[in-house]
Amino acid sequence: MDSWFSSPSDVAQRLTGVGYLADPATATTAYLAGRLEKPVLVEGPAGVGKTELAKAISRATGAELVRLQCYEGLDEARALYEWNYKKQLLRIQASGALLEKEGAWEATHDDIFSEEFLLTRPLLTAIRRDEPTVLLIDEVDKTDVEVEALLLEVLSDFQVTIPELGTVAAVRRPLVVLTSNAARELSEALKRRCLYLHLDYPNAERERAIVTSQVPELDDKVAGQLVSVVARLRELELKKAPSIAESVDWARTLIALEIDDFDEKAVSDTLGVVLKHVSDQERAIKELRLR
Amino acid sequence: MTLLDRHLAFLEALRGAGLPVSLSEDLDAVAAVSAIGWSSRETVKDTYAATLVKKQSLRPTFDALFELYFPRMVGEGAVPADAEQVAGEGTAKDGPEALVDLRAELQEALESGDEERLRALAAEAMARFGAMPGRGPGLSSWSSYTALRRIAPDELMENLVDGLRRSGWTEEEAERTADRRLASYTAMVEADARRRIAEEKGPQHIANVHVKPTLDRLDFLHMRRADVDRLRREIYPLARRLATRLALEQHTRRRGPIDMRRTIRSSIAAGGVPLDTHHKPRRPHRTELVVLCDVSGSVANFASFTLLLVFALQEVFGKVRAFTFVDTVHEVTSYFRPGADLAEVMTRLVESSAHASIFGRTNYGRAFKTFTEEYVEAITPKTSLLVLGDARNNYSDPELAALRTMAGRARHAWWLNPEAKRQWDTGDSEASRYGTIVPMVECRNLGQLSEFVREIA
Repeated sequence: MDSWFSSPSDVAQRLTGVGYLADPATATTAYLAGRLEKPVLVEGPAGVGKTELAKAISRATGAELVRLQCYEGLDEARALYEWNYKKQLLRIQASGALLEKEGAWEATHDDIFSEEFLLTRPLLTAIRRDEPTVLLIDEVDKTDVEVEALLLEVLSDFQVTIPELGTVAAVRRPLVVLTSNAARELSEALKRRCLYLHLDYPNAERERAIVTSQVPELDDKVAGQLVSVVARLRELELKKAPSIAESVDWARTLIALEIDDFDEKAVSDTLGVVLKHVSDQERAIKELRLR
Repeated sequence: MTLLDRHLAFLEALRGAGLPVSLSEDLDAVAAVSAIGWSSRETVKDTYAATLVKKQSLRPTFDALFELYFPRMVGEGAVPADAEQVAGEGTAKDGPEALVDLRAELQEALESGDEERLRALAAEAMARFGAMPGRGPGLSSWSSYTALRRIAPDELMENLVDGLRRSGWTEEEAERTADRRLASYTAMVEADARRRIAEEKGPQHIANVHVKPTLDRLDFLHMRRADVDRLRREIYPLARRLATRLALEQHTRRRGPIDMRRTIRSSIAAGGVPLDTHHKPRRPHRTELVVLCDVSGSVANFASFTLLLVFALQEVFGKVRAFTFVDTVHEVTSYFRPGADLAEVMTRLVESSAHASIFGRTNYGRAFKTFTEEYVEAITPKTSLLVLGDARNNYSDPELAALRTMAGRARHAWWLNPEAKRQWDTGDSEASRYGTIVPMVECRNLGQLSEFVREIA
């Protein structure tokens, strides 16, 4: 496999094949990511399918997904690689008797900093694989600024320097997807190295297609009603507007409760599935005249 | 103009509008567009956006400039042959019959919400009614204002709402949708005017004048209604971003004493050598805030945004009390119960100006005096005092002593002034006299405001 996709429409087609309905901008950006071998930074509100995009690309291309979940306090040891202290200690103790001998220490020293004692973490794993790989760096905005600096080397040159082993360069460049909820501004340096894609709430037509493809049992009429209610909710000024994930959850709820007419009562009974702030619910009830 | 020239001019315009486009991004864009090809305008646009725009708030600026440098069509575009004939039949192209026809068509298109058709009608409207003939070649121009005045889309509002309600919408929804569609049509007509001018005079000419500043550089004192709505939607995400950043900064800044238990626990992994030390988090110190804001006409927007932002950040500040004034003081803290609805709070704030005014003319002196008489115990040595307003006192007594008392009781005091620094002290502004007691900070847009809030938290 020389390149990931042959054209933007090829991307859209293959992603649809694995159940991810991509809009033209997403397809174009994904194609460029494969073609230019550049990471993609995906931003957007929670639940619009940022993480799902990476998973869908890996499914569509048959590549393996390597995932790095970011959180506050994530460090090099858990993102890149770590030496296995405990195993190294055991090794030293086991060869303790031999240490008396001349030159034995040098041998042990070389020994304990070898592949055997290296714990590879997601970034290094993704770089060293010679099979096609999709590297997902999830919620990159949650990390500290230091980790961003670490990502710079990995993402621009696809190489990692380990002092004891030397520089490990990628055998085959992985397709990298970074996701962010924009909880903080990422550094300019990181953004410059990435392609940028903003995922937003889809239009009614596409949302309906997504809901019906995810929940095929749902009645077509109910799906239409549901999508239009969600669209109305998004127009209100809410703290957290319902996202696609929540529409799909709502559809599943309706199936589970065996509701086949999506009337005002059904909406107000199940509103908690999509709106998770009290003030949002109050506002929705007032604006949609539910009660 | 070759394609490369156009590309470079486009990038130059983006930079001019405040987008930080670097050389490496420029190269990426060229590589990407070459890989994609120029066959579809939308794909080219997506490609440019993916490589050049790394921040969603800059996207509207990008879109506007893209329309200018890579226009949808040239002149009248591909006009169907029969349209030419109609024009030839003797009816004037901008006569009253044409107007009636166009309005009827527009009504229909608005009702069905057909974007493509609306866009075509916007182009037609400009072609028919928007031309401003000039005295010589190169002097003629286009005006969306003239066209919109002839067509008067706002007068279609009522019919449109009726039409939408007939097809089963509730009144409120119909009104909102009608409002939005009319606004988008108006925007389309304006965009078409820009496109035509750009075509005749070159895109640079119009890019400098017509592209609006991005949201965080928008001046508080010169906002249109649409901008106010847009900005209000931005408050909550902004507060969330600020809160995260503050939490992170406080986290790194304040490392407490060593946590023995966790340090020893983690040292076991390294054979009892404490390679990493763990620290207890230090108790965060929280600033208490008293906000006193002028809510008279001109600065009301600024005051309400600042209040909304401060209250959205309640978790960062310990306790916030808010007062509004025009010429007397009125407490509004209770409007901001946790989880309150922002739109509602805004409306109530605007109404509150009635309580805050007796004579209806801004009087800072009187307001400060009333405050020291009635609410002075709100300011304790732990509070930071924030005064918001343009310091325009209508030539009455500034009551500097009252402000000095207030500032003296507080731990810190600041004055945020939404006017540009060069306008301070002009006319009835008392900026520098108040400024000697309370440090005065220029705060004209959301960018400056969030920077300030970050500093005091």
